[in-house]
Amino acid sequence: MDDRIDNKRRRLLTNVAVAAWALGGTIAAFPFIRSMTPSARARAAGAPVAIDISRLEPGQMIKEEWRGKPVWVIRRTDAMLQKLAGLGEALADPDSERSEQPAYAKNAHRSREPEVLVLIGVCTHLGCSPTTNFAIGPASGLGDDWPGGFFCPCHGSKFDLAGRVYRNLPAPTNLVVPPYKFLNETVILVGEDDGGTA
Amino acid sequence: MIRVLNWLDERFPVRSLWNEHLAEYYAPKNFNFWYYFGSLAILVFVNQVVTGVFLTMHYKPSSEHAFASVEYIMRDVPWGWLIRYLHAVGASAFFVVIYLHMFRALLYGSHRSPRELVWILGCIIYVLLMAESFMGYLLPWGNLSYWGAQVIISLFTAIPWAGEALAEWLRGDFVVSDATLNRFFAFHVALIPLILTGLVVIHILALHVVGSNNPDGIEIKKHKNENGIPKDGIPFHPFYTVKDLFGAVVFLILFLGVVFFMPELFGLFLERANFEPANLLQTPSDIVPLWYFTPFYSILRAVTYPLFGVDAKLWGVICMGLSIGLFFVLPWLDRSPVKSIRYRGWMYKTALTLFVLSFLILGYLGLKHPQDTDLVLFSNLAWAQVFSFVYFGFFVLMPWYTKWDKTKPEPDRVTFK
Repeated sequence: MDDRIDNKRRRLLTNVAVAAWALGGTIAAFPFIRSMTPSARARAAGAPVAIDISRLEPGQMIKEEWRGKPVWVIRRTDAMLQKLAGLGEALADPDSERSEQPAYAKNAHRSREPEVLVLIGVCTHLGCSPTTNFAIGPASGLGDDWPGGFFCPCHGSKFDLAGRVYRNLPAPTNLVVPPYKFLNETVILVGEDDGGTA
Repeated sequence: MIRVLNWLDERFPVRSLWNEHLAEYYAPKNFNFWYYFGSLAILVFVNQVVTGVFLTMHYKPSSEHAFASVEYIMRDVPWGWLIRYLHAVGASAFFVVIYLHMFRALLYGSHRSPRELVWILGCIIYVLLMAESFMGYLLPWGNLSYWGAQVIISLFTAIPWAGEALAEWLRGDFVVSDATLNRFFAFHVALIPLILTGLVVIHILALHVVGSNNPDGIEIKKHKNENGIPKDGIPFHPFYTVKDLFGAVVFLILFLGVVFFMPELFGLFLERANFEPANLLQTPSDIVPLWYFTPFYSILRAVTYPLFGVDAKLWGVICMGLSIGLFFVLPWLDRSPVKSIRYRGWMYKTALTLFVLSFLILGYLGLKHPQDTDLVLFSNLAWAQVFSFVYFGFFVLMPWYTKWDKTKPEPDRVTFK
């Protein structure tokens, strides 16, 4: 029996073993990490939802659920729409350059038809659902010059009646407009537009 | 009995473990009130594990049944209300105890050399504890549970590029859903308690290598008798086991007083909005995290300006991360030649007072609406911004004020005050 130790050979074998384990461990981790991503069922659950707005009065809002998120439909009055134009300076992204919306909603009123606004009611800051605050001025509790809009109770972000965020507040971008289309005069389909299902 | 012990000892180091960590672990003889909170933390941890196991027997981790199963525990399970209140109040008690335990370190310099590793392990335990309580808070599937989880997971979306995918991976869905609840349950009852148990053991093992600090912040190992035992040390058992048992009794009186008579502690321990089931369409109007997170939540909200081309959202998350992360490097920020507050000068005393004040005030402001005025003159947001600066000042300026501070000479042997 030879008592000499071949250190070079030992180190090589050790390194090979470590490398093999590192590679194997990484590969073995993949299915576990991947198993935590949204399942096939969760991915399939995003069917479009039809919203009937025939009974929606001017100045009112209804909430529906689409993909587990609140969707808002607001029928704006002329007075509400007129106020939108004058807010440019106070807003963080008045022309919705950095915000998420379909091309047909990238306009002054952020909607297909000026009156009917469709928004995902989730604050772009940390995902709370803002509250409506359509009262104007001191009655709103948001200052004398508040023109009506939305207020996020979590971190104080404010949005106008087109879902555009005010300057120097935590939310970085405007509220998201989902893809939608009118099935007829009074029914909106959210989650699908002429470009196909979102 | 002795024969059984001998039989065991030949197969497992019963006696040497007992001696090394209890009967012959020499702790400084001048421990005071502040040294109760380590053992109390273990007591609360045991409470959480035991009550948690029994809650698991009746709780159902699904978005459809979770809320009802908690109400079932409260109303139909014999003594279920007690077990749940012990668990829920225990969570808050854990943070009370841990915050006082950490404050003790800042008072007497327990985080400083040679105990940096003990401190870092403690910081990791603290962060895991936050994860544990955050995930546990989703399980009742109340409305605040739901929106709290929504907000905290959304913090990850602030990370550029990978943020959105990371948040999706954590939720297992595009919104907080059944999948999220299920995995939080797995983490809350299995993974994190397992890691916590291991870390607590390592925390104590590391402490027993370097030895406990004391209110004088001096090393008792400098003066040993002929047997190599520190002259100012006394065996942990029976001296401190008895002291800690006494402390535990006092603690239990206070703790059970809350459990029995005001388990919700006026909406602070169990929040009102959580008594209604999760509503995906409606964020509660007064959404606040649990009280032990509110200082960091205030800091998150206080950042409202973009800077260097990075938007306010990401800065808020970075600042909140830093407000916790800076604790880890505390041992290296402190340049004072002395450890204990007893021998420090006015600068550290002032800084520590301001830090504790800012922590408390930020915590208070985190429970309030940012645009309201609950203190004097300025809005809550403005005050939160001021005290965020004070909070960070404690850490960032520490290398200077601890160096300039005039210290008093440390005694050679421990003292009783």
